[in-house]
This record gives sequence, structure tokens and C-alpha cells, in this order.
Amino acid sequence: MKCERCDNEATVHEVTILKGQKVEKHLCESCARDDGIAVQGVSPALQSLTGALASVSGPGEPEAKAPACGGCGLTYKEFRHHGLLGCPDCYHAFEALLRPMLERAHEGGAEHVGKAPKRSAGALERQREIALLRKGLAEALAAEQYERAAEFRDRLRDAGVDVAAAREAQR
Amino acid sequence: MIGGSLDPSGRGGDPARGRDGDVVLTSRVRLARNIAGFSFLTRASRDDRRRIVSLASARFAGDAVSPGLRWVDLAEADTLERHALVERRLISRQLAAGDEPRGALIAEDDGRTSIMVNEEDHLRLQVMRAGLDVRGAWDEIDRIDDRVESIVEYAFCPKFGYLTACPTNVGTGLRVSAMLHMPGLKLINEIDKVRRAAKAMNLAVRGYYGEGSEAVGDIYQLSNQTTLGRTEEEILAAFTDDILPKIIEYERHARRRLLESRRSVVEDLVHRAIGTLLHARLMNADEAVKLLSHVRLGVALGMVSGVGFDLIEELMLHAQPGHLQLAVGAELNQAQRRPARASLLRERLGAAVSAG
Ligand SMILES: [Zn+2]
Ligand SMILES: [Zn+2]
Repeated sequence: MKCERCDNEATVHEVTILKGQKVEKHLCESCARDDGIAVQGVSPALQSLTGALASVSGPGEPEAKAPACGGCGLTYKEFRHHGLLGCPDCYHAFEALLRPMLERAHEGGAEHVGKAPKRSAGALERQREIALLRKGLAEALAAEQYERAAEFRDRLRDAGVDVAAAREAQR
Repeated sequence: MIGGSLDPSGRGGDPARGRDGDVVLTSRVRLARNIAGFSFLTRASRDDRRRIVSLASARFAGDAVSPGLRWVDLAEADTLERHALVERRLISRQLAAGDEPRGALIAEDDGRTSIMVNEEDHLRLQVMRAGLDVRGAWDEIDRIDDRVESIVEYAFCPKFGYLTACPTNVGTGLRVSAMLHMPGLKLINEIDKVRRAAKAMNLAVRGYYGEGSEAVGDIYQLSNQTTLGRTEEEILAAFTDDILPKIIEYERHARRRLLESRRSVVEDLVHRAIGTLLHARLMNADEAVKLLSHVRLGVALGMVSGVGFDLIEELMLHAQPGHLQLAVGAELNQAQRRPARASLLRERLGAAVSAG
């Protein structure tokens, strides 16, 4: 499929509901970024490459051994030098190394407890709901309550979850 | 041109002076945000920076996220406009300099809301208010943040919150600050106690004017440093309900003590400052701020009539090089600024004092 805005291949597909109308967007990565849609920064191939390069960086202190961030290629050493991280993924790539520093800088604060964007909050909520439905289904099946299990299955299907695949994943 | 579009007083267009205006000049709230899908700016390509600039200028300008935001392309803006925006604290020095694609969205009419684009983070949202009104500023920035977030997806994770280039801002990305006038504590030599107490409460204390450690004009900026592991409400409450009232009361206490024990010394200081401002022929910016600070103390203590806090803040701003040149309507070199500044202060203060 071609991008709606240019001749590149569309790799980002977003479906939103606006005033009851389904709106589909099919964009290339570059046009999607221009629209403020999040796209994966780096291809997995490049990610493993930067990871491999980083692991060559040799022994020494734990921070020297830490692999570079898969998202942007920043090394922990470079971060210590400038004091600035390179991309959102850096927080996870360097989590273990950052933790003591964060706790020092934030009076022991280690995890976020404040505001959350409504989008990702919504996504989280949905994930939580689906997790609960899955748990209910598993319990109903274990107790051989097939009618209840069917209810959970329907609700999972309504939430857009492929039940067969979900059961596969549970095994 | 900036001179025509911004409120000339530079105090945020608030008709009311604001709470605790005898000590608090302005309150400010800032949110650091990054757009998902882009690297942070240290690792962003010039193309990425350009994309962020066109995204922000196209989608946030006008009334989309806050009323009347005007896009200022800082790669294009002239030096004077950039200086004036820095003097108003609408943009940082860091954003004003450099040659990378960057800019800011500035509130047209009241000049108290701005969004810096491609500073340390992709977006820095900021709202200012007169006097002590950190909560009012928060309510407004919270709304703007919601609207921005309905347009772009933020870099956010549940564990670390809003992800920022510098880990010292991560979590809420919230920095609350207040600009405090503390000449009383300076005069009774207790300003260092405030500095130490503030540090113990994890606040940053900076001089507002001047580059060095000395706070020119006894104006200090206090701000929180902890952004992770606290809710926005906890950060606001600690700052505005607990810490600031104590410091404000401490400054007022110092002023009362001065009036009781050294009234004539204070009166002399205030009126000497007025005398100098009314008669000097050459004036540099720091001297002007120092003298105006003493006049402000006199106004707060009821020793001066005809002059209000608003005029003093306006004059402190107009004593700065960018605003001085805008007020005069001409480019001036360093040597030309000193007589121009002295003359502007004589006229403006003279008119107010003789009317009072
Ligand atoms: Zn495209
Ligand atoms: Zn990274």
C-alpha cells in the first residue's frame, strides 16, 4: 500500500474514531512522524547491530559494559559525559545504571505517580481490562463453568482479542 | 515585531497585581515534554528537528492549544527580538542562541504563555502569572498540556512518566518557580539562611538578574528540583502551601524588624535610590535594577507615593538592553545605552513621582 501523502510505502496504519466516524490513516514513517504519530525509531536489524557494536566496547566498570541504547545508539559513557539521554528507549536501556542516580536526584523517588497522557492511560486501562477478562476465562474453564467461560470469551472478542490466540499464549 | 504585539509592561497582562505582590513578583510553571517517535535533541538529525518545528508551528499556532499563540522562528528572528524574548523569560538564553531549527510559540496578547520548541526537550510549555499564583498557572498549563497531547503523542512510560532528555526532569516534567524580592533579608544579613533552608528542602535558588552568584536587586528565583515519585499536586502543595508562605513571612518579618530598629537607614536607602534614578545621566542595567529594588522596598513599606509595583517591574525590564532598544526604537551600542537608559528612567519615574 502506498502512503496517502507521498510515493513511499505505507508502513504506519492508524485507525481512530472521530465523532462516530472511522478514520483510517495509511502513511509512510516520515509522513507519520510529521503527523505526530509514534513510530518505532530503529529497525530491529539496526538495533542488533548497535547492540553488537556496544558489546565490543570492552571490560572495565559496569557502565563500560552496558550495551548502547538500541533506540539511538547512545552509550552510557556518552550520557555521563553530556548529562543528556538520546531517546526515550535510553531509560530502559540504562535503567539499572540510572536508578541510583534518579533516586538521588529526586529525593528517593523512583517511579512516576503523576499525570499520564490520556492516550497511553487508555491503552493501559484496556490492557488491564483484557488481562482481567483472560484471568476470568481461565478460572471459569478450570472450574468447568462453561457458560461463564463463553461470556468471557464474548467480551474478549468484543475487546478485539483473538481468543484462540490468547489461549495459545496462556499455555 | 515584538514591540507591537506584546503587552509593554511585560508582567503578564494581569490587571490585578496578584497575591503577595509585596514579595512575589511572578510565579511560573513549566512542563518538559517530548514527542514519541523522535530521538531527543542530542541524537536528533537536522531533518528531525525540522520536522518537529514544522509540526509544532503548524499544529500549535493560533488557538489550537492556547489562545493566540504566534509562531516565532528563532532561526529567522532578528537579534533584538530574541533578546527581548529572553528578557521576558518567554524563551531561554539557550534557545535564543544557536543555528539549529528551533522556535517558540508566544501568547500574542498577554505574553505570559509560551512553548519552546527544540530547546533541551522537544517541547517546553510555560505559563507565568503575576504574584503568588502557582496553582492558577498550573491549571492553565494542565489544560494546554491536554490539548497538545490530543494532537501529538508524548514520549511517556508508566514507570518513569514523561520522558525527558535530562533525567533530572523525568516523571512529571514539572518545574514550579517563583521570583521573590527579598531586600529585607539581605539588609539584616539573613539571606544565606534562606539559601541554606531552601537547599535543605531541595529547592534551587538563583539570582534572577545578573550572571554570577550575586543576586542583583535582591531578586531570587526559587524552584523545585524533584520531579519523579511525587504527584503534581504534591509538588504544588509543598511549594505554595508550605515552603513559599514561610519564606514570604520571613521576608516580611525582616522588613518589620528593619522599620523598628533602623527606619531612617531604610528611608535613606529608598530616597537615595529615587534621587539617583531621577538625576543620573549615565546608568548601566545592573545599577538600575539595584536602585529600582530599593524603590520597590520603599513602595512595599508605604514610603513612596505615586509609584506602584507594576511600574517598577516595567522599568526593571526596560532597563535591559533588548527592551531599552525597543523602547527607544533604535539600535544602540553599549556606550549609547547608558545615557538612553538614564534618560528613560528619569522620564518614566519622574512622571510617576510628580503625579503622586
Ligand atoms: Zn509519506
Ligand atoms: Zn536511546
